Amino acid sequence: MSAGIDSTRGQDPPARSRIRIESDTPVPQTGITGPSVNGHRITAPEVVFDSQDVSIFYGAKQALAGVTLRIRSGQITALIGPSGCGKTTFLRSLNRMNDSVPSFRIEGQILYHGHDIYGGNVDQVEVRRRIGMVFQKPNPFPKSIYDNVAWAPRNLGLKSELDDRVEKALRGAALWDEVKDRLKDSALGLSGGQQQRLCIARAIAIEPSVLLLDEPASALDPIATGAIEELMHSLKGRFTIVIVTHNMQQAARVADRTAFFSLEMSGEKPTGALIEFDDTETIFGRPRDPRTRDYVTGRFG
Amino acid sequence: MSTPAAPPALQNPRAARARSRRKKADRIGDRLLFGICLAAAILAIAVIVLIGYEVVNGAGPAISKFGLGFLVHQDWQPNFKIFGAGSLLFGTVVTSTFALLLGAPIAISIGLYLSLLAPAGVRGIVSPLVEMLAAIPSVILGFWGVLVLAPFVHEHMEPWLHGAFGFIPIFGSPETTGASIFTASLILTIMVIPIIASISRDLFLAVPRDLQDGASALGATRWEVVRGVVLPSTSSGVVAASLLGLGRALGEAIAVSQVVGAGSAIQTSLFKTGDTLAARIANQFPGTGPGLYQSSLFYLGVILLVIGLISNLVAQWIGRRFSYEGAVAR
Amino acid sequence: MSAGIPDPAAPLTPTGNLRRRQVFSKMTEYSATIAAVIAVAVLVIVVFSVIQRGASALSLDFVFTAAPTGIGPELLGTAVIVGLGMVIAMPLGVLIALFLTEYAGNRAAGPIRLTLDLMNGIPSIIIGLFIFGLLVDHKQQSGLAGSVGLAIIMLPLIARGSQEVLLLVPSSIREASDALGVARWRSVLGIIVPSALGGIVTATVLAVARAAGETAPLIFASSLGDPSKFSLNPLEALPNVPVRIFTLSEEGNPEGFAQAWGMSLVLISLILFASLGARALLARSKRKMAG
Repeated sequence: MSAGIDSTRGQDPPARSRIRIESDTPVPQTGITGPSVNGHRITAPEVVFDSQDVSIFYGAKQALAGVTLRIRSGQITALIGPSGCGKTTFLRSLNRMNDSVPSFRIEGQILYHGHDIYGGNVDQVEVRRRIGMVFQKPNPFPKSIYDNVAWAPRNLGLKSELDDRVEKALRGAALWDEVKDRLKDSALGLSGGQQQRLCIARAIAIEPSVLLLDEPASALDPIATGAIEELMHSLKGRFTIVIVTHNMQQAARVADRTAFFSLEMSGEKPTGALIEFDDTETIFGRPRDPRTRDYVTGRFG
Repeated sequence: MSTPAAPPALQNPRAARARSRRKKADRIGDRLLFGICLAAAILAIAVIVLIGYEVVNGAGPAISKFGLGFLVHQDWQPNFKIFGAGSLLFGTVVTSTFALLLGAPIAISIGLYLSLLAPAGVRGIVSPLVEMLAAIPSVILGFWGVLVLAPFVHEHMEPWLHGAFGFIPIFGSPETTGASIFTASLILTIMVIPIIASISRDLFLAVPRDLQDGASALGATRWEVVRGVVLPSTSSGVVAASLLGLGRALGEAIAVSQVVGAGSAIQTSLFKTGDTLAARIANQFPGTGPGLYQSSLFYLGVILLVIGLISNLVAQWIGRRFSYEGAVAR
Repeated sequence: MSAGIPDPAAPLTPTGNLRRRQVFSKMTEYSATIAAVIAVAVLVIVVFSVIQRGASALSLDFVFTAAPTGIGPELLGTAVIVGLGMVIAMPLGVLIALFLTEYAGNRAAGPIRLTLDLMNGIPSIIIGLFIFGLLVDHKQQSGLAGSVGLAIIMLPLIARGSQEVLLLVPSSIREASDALGVARWRSVLGIIVPSALGGIVTATVLAVARAAGETAPLIFASSLGDPSKFSLNPLEALPNVPVRIFTLSEEGNPEGFAQAWGMSLVLISLILFASLGARALLARSKRKMAG
């Protein structure tokens, strides 16, 4: 635990039932080296997101209840579960993409490197600048391939060596070789898989520290999906990655840690909840919770 | 009116006869309704053609007398049977351009406000209010222009603008009344704003949410999302909307004729009187009889019709090209 | 990490150029808000001026008697002219809309739609010239000529508005009646038009509200009506509100101004209430059909 987790709000345990996941289980050192901070190599990856008893509401409807988990630096964390279980809602609350939903309300706290993401003096544009996001459906801008990638760096004033930055981002997204001769062409002419990799390139061009991926391969064919998964491996370590996926094999292939969400009855209405969060091998090999076991063995969902 | 379908096995001759009568009636009914609808559609086309014909026909004598020189000659002296549209064309172009330059940015901003910024409750109130502005009859706007706006322009805006920007010749010294090209332009601005605003609001509302999310997820400010995604993907539609507004401004006769002062010369200062094609027709037509005078007014109508049709057609063309692009992009 | 990339662990307050960008963004947001405020303010100022100056003229006598004390003949004339115009334009508009939605393929619909858009864009003064050339020249002014002029203004509005709601009628209804072997004309007149009726009526009311204030065609067609005489005869020139406001505003006589303000108030109230009501109705019927 190197990040100071000083909760600024008081935390009363809520009355409703919730599942607390013991997130201080030691992280296995399976070759994951943490990022270096101030030149010191640290062995236990730093906590990037510390979600403390987070509940999310849309108007009167509760979408998510009491999620507590910690996401560590440089790892790939997968959020899995049946549809409607609130995993995407949770992901979108990590970079405040839900703010534009008028009736959105959040309880509990999400700390990013110890800073409350929903704190009073937080700038949501800064949040998104540091915590990038790639969406389910590829959404390239109706601009050229080059401009898609160069747009955000230009906004941020990262204009020196822009061409290099664009090339680096496209290489990082394993797209450079396919598009280097047609950077001026419209991005809308790319295939779905290429478009999604362009969106990833666009996101990493401004060097965020976290990448949130919301089912990035669900709209793609198996080959393009394979390319995206390969890409995730290559991005691992440079970025902290949180990925929502429907596809359990995908989670098993790419993720270090996996969180299983499900719909639980809270009173009358089903509400999303975190059931179990552990190393990916544990979740898929010997899950502790019977509901997780049922889901990963395909008995439900 | 659903027809109960009788099971074929239970047919009797009477029912069969009734059904065949009915079938025949249905065939006639179908033909008839189609025919009437088609006739109505053709009538609409015929009206457009007829409008063009009547206006050109009325202008015949003036066209053969003055030819295209009519467009540039500035003299308008009914007593000497000398007519030219030069100064009117000038007045039309100046007032409409002014209205568009001032009105379009305001209207586009309103569209942005209503589509992206305003809370749902506020949008529900302001949106209809902006459209109400378009519902005010031009004759009332013009009347208000003469009695309320013109004095205000004369007493406050003209001296101030002349004082601050007098070094630019278009802001000349204040005149004796507020009836001027400037006041007419302001009235036209008020008229074009709701047109452009409501179209651009709808265009901005149609920009896919996921594109905007994609932009804000890259750490873009609200303005950057607008500048980078919203405006570029709607630009041709916004241009088309502005052209429709321009068409409205070019053709407005009543309100302009009330406030423009009916001057007959090309002047540098916006505070001088002037006149436009449409306003001249509205002002002088009722007093004329058959003859070259009336025909010259029809000639003004021909010019107006041509300009109006061109701006409209260009707007339609741009608008269609846009919707085509949109269909491909999505 | 190159310059301009913030330390991951830094507080989530603006880094780099963000503070400047946010200031600019806020400024543009404020300008857009101000633009909306300006538009609303202009509406309020105009309506307020009309109420302030027109209210004193209002009385039962003003509305129901003839000149010099009242504007009864003008109101009646406007009602006749606009009503007749509606009677001409509404069926034609609905038929054209039906042609577009039920019969025309893409190739036939294109020119019709273009025609409607062009018709909508024709300056009303041109329509006035047309009416003069067609119906008034060598004959005489008449309320009917004015009605035809207003009908040309209403037609594209009614047709496009009706077309919009007809398109909202679920295609499953059409397919279902086709599958049942119901003749096209029966399903069109019996099912499709009735279920779109709310929207068609709204479009018509909006078109009427727009046409009721139109002045330009009427100064050619019906400007010589006698304001001291009530008349229902559309074959003679009928006094009417817009032309009367126009002439009074040109005359420069204070008493005439007072009367014109009063007429403006009456006209503007009718128009604003009609179009507000129609819009509310439209929103409701669209919700009903879409839901």
